Amino acid sequence: MALDDRKTSGFTQVGTRPNRPDGLDKVTGRARFGADVTAPGMLFATIVRSPHAHARIKKIDSSKAEALAGVKGVVTRADFATGLTGENWNILENVMAGDTALYDGHAVAAVAATSALIARDAAKLIEVEYEILPHVTDVDAAMADNAPVIREGAADKSVPEGMHPNVVRYHESGHGDVDAGFAEADLVIEDHFRTEATHQGYIEPHACLATLGGDGKGELWCCTQGHWNVQKICAALLGIETANLRVTASEIGGGFGGKTAVFIEPVALALARKTNKPVKLVMPRPDVFKATGPTASTSMDIKIGMKKDGTITAAQGVFRLQGGAFPGAPMEFTAMCAFAPYALKHVHQVGYDVITNRPKQAAYRAPGSPMAAFAVESVIDELCRKLELDPIETRLKNASKKGTKASFGPMFDQIGLVETLEAAKAHPHYSAPLKPGQGRGISCGFWFNHGGETAVTLALSEDGTAQLAVGTPDIGGSRASMALMAAEELGIPYENIRVTIADTATLGYNEVSHGSRVTYASGLATIEAARDAVGKLCARAAAKWGIPEDAVKWENGCAVPSGPNAGDFDPMPIAEITKRMGATGGPIVGHFEATPEGAGVSFATHIVDAEVDPETGKTSVVRYTVVQDAGKAIHPTYVEGQYQGGAAQGIGWALNEEYIYGDDGRLQNAVFLDYRIPVASDLPMIDTVIVEVPNPGHPYGVRGVGETSICPPLAAIANAVSAAAGVRLRELPMSPPRILAALERQRDG
Amino acid sequence: MSKIHVTTTINGDEVEYLCDPRETMLDVLRDRLGLTGAKEGCGTGDCGACSVTLDGRLVCSCLMLGAEADGHEITTIEGMATGEELHPLQQKFIEYAALQCGICTPGILVATKALLEKNPDPTETEVRYWLAGNLCRCTGYDKIIRAVMDTAADMREAS
Repeated sequence: MALDDRKTSGFTQVGTRPNRPDGLDKVTGRARFGADVTAPGMLFATIVRSPHAHARIKKIDSSKAEALAGVKGVVTRADFATGLTGENWNILENVMAGDTALYDGHAVAAVAATSALIARDAAKLIEVEYEILPHVTDVDAAMADNAPVIREGAADKSVPEGMHPNVVRYHESGHGDVDAGFAEADLVIEDHFRTEATHQGYIEPHACLATLGGDGKGELWCCTQGHWNVQKICAALLGIETANLRVTASEIGGGFGGKTAVFIEPVALALARKTNKPVKLVMPRPDVFKATGPTASTSMDIKIGMKKDGTITAAQGVFRLQGGAFPGAPMEFTAMCAFAPYALKHVHQVGYDVITNRPKQAAYRAPGSPMAAFAVESVIDELCRKLELDPIETRLKNASKKGTKASFGPMFDQIGLVETLEAAKAHPHYSAPLKPGQGRGISCGFWFNHGGETAVTLALSEDGTAQLAVGTPDIGGSRASMALMAAEELGIPYENIRVTIADTATLGYNEVSHGSRVTYASGLATIEAARDAVGKLCARAAAKWGIPEDAVKWENGCAVPSGPNAGDFDPMPIAEITKRMGATGGPIVGHFEATPEGAGVSFATHIVDAEVDPETGKTSVVRYTVVQDAGKAIHPTYVEGQYQGGAAQGIGWALNEEYIYGDDGRLQNAVFLDYRIPVASDLPMIDTVIVEVPNPGHPYGVRGVGETSICPPLAAIANAVSAAAGVRLRELPMSPPRILAALERQRDG
Repeated sequence: MSKIHVTTTINGDEVEYLCDPRETMLDVLRDRLGLTGAKEGCGTGDCGACSVTLDGRLVCSCLMLGAEADGHEITTIEGMATGEELHPLQQKFIEYAALQCGICTPGILVATKALLEKNPDPTETEVRYWLAGNLCRCTGYDKIIRAVMDTAADMREAS
């Protein structure tokens, strides 16, 4: 993109806070989510799941189920494509077990019937004979010599020889000589940290409605973060052509990365094909916990050296992540994000991707980064405490900035870490007095952000309004941001733009809504599509006036003659051009299709005050401030919402949320009562500061904001709790029993 | 299994339906009556997305049987606006961006309307504890609490 196309000031619409276009539907119950649609003759489906952590499937007998009145069909692995390889095989194996159930909740069969109750009854009649195998659910245990092997041959070439077969991928990166760096330090701290798996916890369970005929043509309605991805994967798993499956994304009731993956859609399609009827499949909540992606759990070793003046001399980290029974735990992101906030001469990081008998992990908001920040920022906090240094000044002293060689390799361009630290230092929260029993923690956090394949169409209507079709599901108000950017370019009111999430049949491929990419990439594509339309509008005006196209410019929603022709004709408003477009060359549509690669990285600094009750071990978060670089906030209210939401999820991860497995390898807390996400009475108001250091890779300077907000909270809260409790907490979640145990250990010396 | 005949009032209209004795009120609303505004987030009364009122009392419709509605009055999110006029809470939720994905919004609106009918001047703590049974995973509750407090203030001023 040419730099002169960039606009960083003089906005008329961007930066305002209009009501979101889908607001009315969402407050009246009219919005249609995954489970809210029906089709004539529709069947209801239920999935049968393994009650064992690891078991060979010896026999599946569905005869009793099929004999039940109202049952129309049963599917097993035999009803899916064969011969798949690579990630498609992994996904199919996860969607429907082959020979072996690999975790508690792994799908083994599914049934469709004329009512949900009959389908549920029928599922209980499907008899599965298992041979129970030894299991392992803990990452360190899975790497040990005597650990049961989940699957031979799952490791790729990156894994060094001699490792346990459960280690399936290996990562190593860094620069300099860490041993030399540690030798320069006045203080070196080395510690071990652990975090448990947490679930994205979206309130809407996965749901879909599928049809698929014997002609291989199908329709799928589902809640997903990316329907082109669903289309591609489902077509492969069903053995049909991609273009013959049209996928429409419903309104989505939360995703946070967990709905970037495919779980139930291929099953509904297989049942639809088998019964020749539409099939609706909605996951019960326990299935969501047991069989959709939680994040990885971790075991980490961090070593950092510091001089008395706060200079970090060297840093190294070992990050072991288990991501369930399949490769994919985001250990390279954990490793690469760990030390990204700091300009380091000597840094080294190692990552292990380990398989266990747990569900296949899925992305969760900045996948891998929050755990790394927890470990690294805890050690930095401890170094500051022991060397009696201010935690913000110390971070400023070491902060990455433009031109710093990042810990993960490349050179940083314009970034805003220093600005977030300065804003945090200046915030009244940082200097506010603490009450007895309270502690304050701060942490920085980093996320890469992402661009990805993107296609957008902007079609003008005869009255000068615009229909904008984007392909990225709106998971947090992005339609408002898209409309603002289109309105800014076209010079027409925000209300005159209707934004639709197009289905797979009407736009080119759009990568899933992940990587904080939507406002960046679909936003960039919206701006470019609008500029394309503006070019065509100017051409029509030029033809009417009989002057060259490049002698017309676009201002305030009108074509205006410029250069030597300036003032020769009255400005021609958009509606005057569009009402005649049929007679002047046909419909006017702007397009943009590309894979934008300038997603600017993003940093945040969080400040937390926590209070720990030494009697019960309960932690209360009493004050919370998020400071984050947004590049340019298109709709500041929704940027604040992302900051607050990330902080709240981080609070849950830090204090309460965890997957608890019994010795039998079964998940013990697969309901919201036992898997406790933060409720309104758990949280304070969450203050936000939007820092704007423009991203050079976006026409308005936008950086993605969705994910970075969950990177600092785990560490910031751990630092606050450790200060309040007077003992360092190195394991998440810092639930009351863990805090009480830590206090007891300290008392016992 | 034979079905039960139920006569009830939903959002002011008389409604009749047949339901299985095992069907929840939420199943009936969504699958039999096409009122999909109430959502199933958990089916165990933990998330509040299915909140409705039964004779003015806030309940989780997933914890109530469809058969139990006989002779009672149910109000759902679909009954909250009057024609095209939104309830002040609905209006404020849009203005304050008190929703991101919007799946919990119907339940939270039904719950907060019930709160303000009981207590027109709640403290922040009272709002937070009243809503502790309504999970929202997107917002961190900040903008929701502000929207409820400010709507309550507006409604007190208007009355």
